Amino acid sequence: MNTDNTNNTKRDLSQQGEDNCIKNMQTHRLESTFSHLFLKARVFIDVSRFYRRVSASVGGKKLLLKHLCLSVFIYGFVTAEAQIQMAEPDLPPPELAQRLKKLESELRCLVCQNQTLAESPAGLAGDLRREVRLLIDHGKTDDEIKAYLKARYGDFVLYRPPVDGKTYLLWFAPFFLLGGGGILMWWMARRRALVVSPPLPPSDAAGGDDATRRARKLLNNDPDPK
Amino acid sequence: MTGAENRPEKPAAVVTSPAAGSVVKRAWQFFLPLVIFFTLVWFLYQGLFLNPREVPSALINKPAPQFKLPVLHTPQIQFSPGELKGQVWLLNVWGSWCVSCRYEHPFLNELAKQKLLPIVGLNWKDDPTAAKNWLTKFGDPYQLSVSDLDGRVAIDWGVYGAPETFVIDKLGNIRFKHTGPIDAKVMNEKLLPMIFELQKAL
Repeated sequence: MNTDNTNNTKRDLSQQGEDNCIKNMQTHRLESTFSHLFLKARVFIDVSRFYRRVSASVGGKKLLLKHLCLSVFIYGFVTAEAQIQMAEPDLPPPELAQRLKKLESELRCLVCQNQTLAESPAGLAGDLRREVRLLIDHGKTDDEIKAYLKARYGDFVLYRPPVDGKTYLLWFAPFFLLGGGGILMWWMARRRALVVSPPLPPSDAAGGDDATRRARKLLNNDPDPK
Repeated sequence: MTGAENRPEKPAAVVTSPAAGSVVKRAWQFFLPLVIFFTLVWFLYQGLFLNPREVPSALINKPAPQFKLPVLHTPQIQFSPGELKGQVWLLNVWGSWCVSCRYEHPFLNELAKQKLLPIVGLNWKDDPTAAKNWLTKFGDPYQLSVSDLDGRVAIDWGVYGAPETFVIDKLGNIRFKHTGPIDAKVMNEKLLPMIFELQKAL
């Protein structure tokens, strides 16, 4: 049994090993953020250098030219920003992108199993994303696409397990346990309340024994209980 | 037992049978947590031997998905699973990039030597040249391999890693799937009995 386990962890889950799942994604994200920042910084430096050179050559007095330079500077920055945006490969139209994103985040990557298709950097996830995109292009609805993948990979591919006979326990056990715990607590508290509060002896000072009188004096902050 | 005397909840029971009621109660209080504990231990122990990564195939007892793919060594010829209808056969997903495929390869070679059944290789997302070199180097147990360059057929078969092995019966239904490398244990305890049983069936 043990050998089974080790063998299975050894197997190649797609062309990127499963161990790389999270690491890859992080480096990928970092890289893209860094390269983006780097590009932005470079553009900023270039444009500001240009602005400084122009304004220095013109001198501080000619305001109009200075403003012109400033607008060139802003324009340059904005277009650079637009270029950065353009550099993202093969962006689908925003509506489709949103739908893709939503659908992909409801599907599980079979390799990095705690990640959705949208998050996973695994090779297979890429293939499945492409497949989803293809099905959308063929005019399939979201439910049809999910059914398509479910027929191949089972319920597991759905990030949110369906509510059916097999999953009742999964879905409702927490509520059941919470309810049961609540009832148990209520029952115990009630029982304890019944037990802990015995009837007090008569409240007049004459009634009750010595101990009760002492206790009452103590409760009333009498410095000398005796 | 001294503790029970401090519990005045049920004075009636204590008066009628001072010992019996409290003994049953104490026993209950003692054994219930123990029972819960051992149930938990049992489940956790079982969990040690499960593979949480294994995804049960959705295709068991379903018709094997059809495809038409070029044969690795003769790409001008295409193969489709329908051609093997009437016999029990194996589909083994492999790639030259796949390390564990190398681990299971000797077992496949051994199986091929016995000439029990045709083994078809699904060469998954691989470079055909690298794949052919790999087979020359480690031996070719496959009656033929087909190249699934873009991995779309693999998706149809619910493949999520290599190696994976499917057993297909005479009617063309998938009857068994093993995810992960085949070893002696899997071969002798799962694959071979399954193959013999299916070959006996009509």
